[in-house]
Amino acid sequence: MNPLALIGHTFLEFLQATGRLGYFTARATSHCFRRPFYFRQIGKQLLDIGYFSLPVVGLTALFTGMVLALQSHSGFSRFDAESAIPTVVVLSITRELGPVMAGLMVAGRIGAAIAAELGTMRVTEQIDALTTLSTNPYKYLIVPRLIAGTLVLPLLVLVADIIGVFGGFLVCVARLHFNAANYISQSWQYLEHRDVTSGLWKAAAFGFIIALMGCYNGFNSKGGAQGVGTATTNAVVTASILILVSNYLLTGILFAGK
Amino acid sequence: MSDNQPKIELTGVTKSFDDKHVLRGLDLTIAKGESVVIIGGSGTGKSVTLKCILGLLQHDKGTIKVDGQDIKKMSGTERDEHLDKFGMLFQGSALFDSLPVWRNVAFKLLQAHHMPHKEARERAIATLASVGLSPAVGDLYPAELSGGMQKRVALARAIAAKPEIIFFDEPTTGLDPIMADVINELIVKCVHELGATTLSITHDMASARKIADRIAMLHEGRIIWQGPKRDIDHSGNPYVDQFIHGRAEGPIRMQVRRF
Repeated sequence: MNPLALIGHTFLEFLQATGRLGYFTARATSHCFRRPFYFRQIGKQLLDIGYFSLPVVGLTALFTGMVLALQSHSGFSRFDAESAIPTVVVLSITRELGPVMAGLMVAGRIGAAIAAELGTMRVTEQIDALTTLSTNPYKYLIVPRLIAGTLVLPLLVLVADIIGVFGGFLVCVARLHFNAANYISQSWQYLEHRDVTSGLWKAAAFGFIIALMGCYNGFNSKGGAQGVGTATTNAVVTASILILVSNYLLTGILFAGK
Repeated sequence: MSDNQPKIELTGVTKSFDDKHVLRGLDLTIAKGESVVIIGGSGTGKSVTLKCILGLLQHDKGTIKVDGQDIKKMSGTERDEHLDKFGMLFQGSALFDSLPVWRNVAFKLLQAHHMPHKEARERAIATLASVGLSPAVGDLYPAELSGGMQKRVALARAIAAKPEIIFFDEPTTGLDPIMADVINELIVKCVHELGATTLSITHDMASARKIADRIAMLHEGRIIWQGPKRDIDHSGNPYVDQFIHGRAEGPIRMQVRRF
């Protein structure tokens, strides 16, 4: 094929894919504000996305905080700035590492699960069956996941923030022999309300993105087992990339001029 | 609605997927209470026809009317009412594997008709009994059932809300001949009790002969023959003859690609 035609074809395919995703997002979001609401489904998703992700998010946050403290100590000790470690740990965790690490871990766990479940439902005609049973698949399958993802990720990140900061505290006090009371007071001293809330806003956006990409890829999967596999991979990859891109954009917006 | 108005009427319906023209001017009329079976080879557009009538796929040209209403011109509420008239048995049963059997059967009653939980469960158990399944099956999950039992549950789900129109998509595919006959008998019994209008698609001539009032043959996106089931053996149509006798030689060249 002519290279120019190939570029043009790829660009048109990209525009088509963007348009399809935009239409799907608009349609799914509009259903979030219209009855009926399937509260039982929303509750189930809150449990799946939130409660069952706690162990993986907690462990990730704990070790991230611990490594951060170790690395900060290794670097800061070169110019006698160890006293800044508690502040660096708490700001890094609450502003960036808490939401991003939790987002990426949940994208791997939940994005894949949503895409696999909806993809299997698509190829086994269960989604068509929902329609024939007078139930809108957007409302029954997608809205509960979007709502649960958006609501529950900030809570997960709040837990991740606490555990991550505790990880840093643990390493500094137990291994690097910091004074525990001083560490806590240093952590609090420069921490602002906005440091935590900005992370929670990011988390809400990441939760929406994870659920959306899982639903979009699963809902539109085709071609049997291979199609479901592709949908699952795409859901995780696209959610992870969008998390990193939107993290940059949101940081620019939330900390504009600060 | 007048008594002689068709329940379902398709006129000049076309549907294409990119450059593949699946339906090429399909005309079919089904009277109220009638049981029509569409036969035809793989890839001739039988499932696409059902999905177009349900609105799961949008047809390109032509009109599809249900109770005289053009489905393309329906408002949101009218579309909900339209779907409420239907029950469907899917080829692979399409049971929700995250729900126990009784919740599958009572799904429409619970979610769309907002029937109280206890009453819906009782109706589900009664419907399961009508397809020969015991109440204990209600608490099992679909993955715990054999293919034949899954088909029975799917049939129970299709009829539980007492629909006016029931679609059967390859109801006997994948079943042994005895279980296929059991399912055919159940379809005839349930449809007779409900007085529903039915449209079935199948390759299985034994099934077609058992459940049909009228048989229509779909080939290359058009109905090429239709008539009462007693006429099928002397239709005089070489396509129908080849199909019902299952001959490799004849005017029909089988499609390889699925739509």
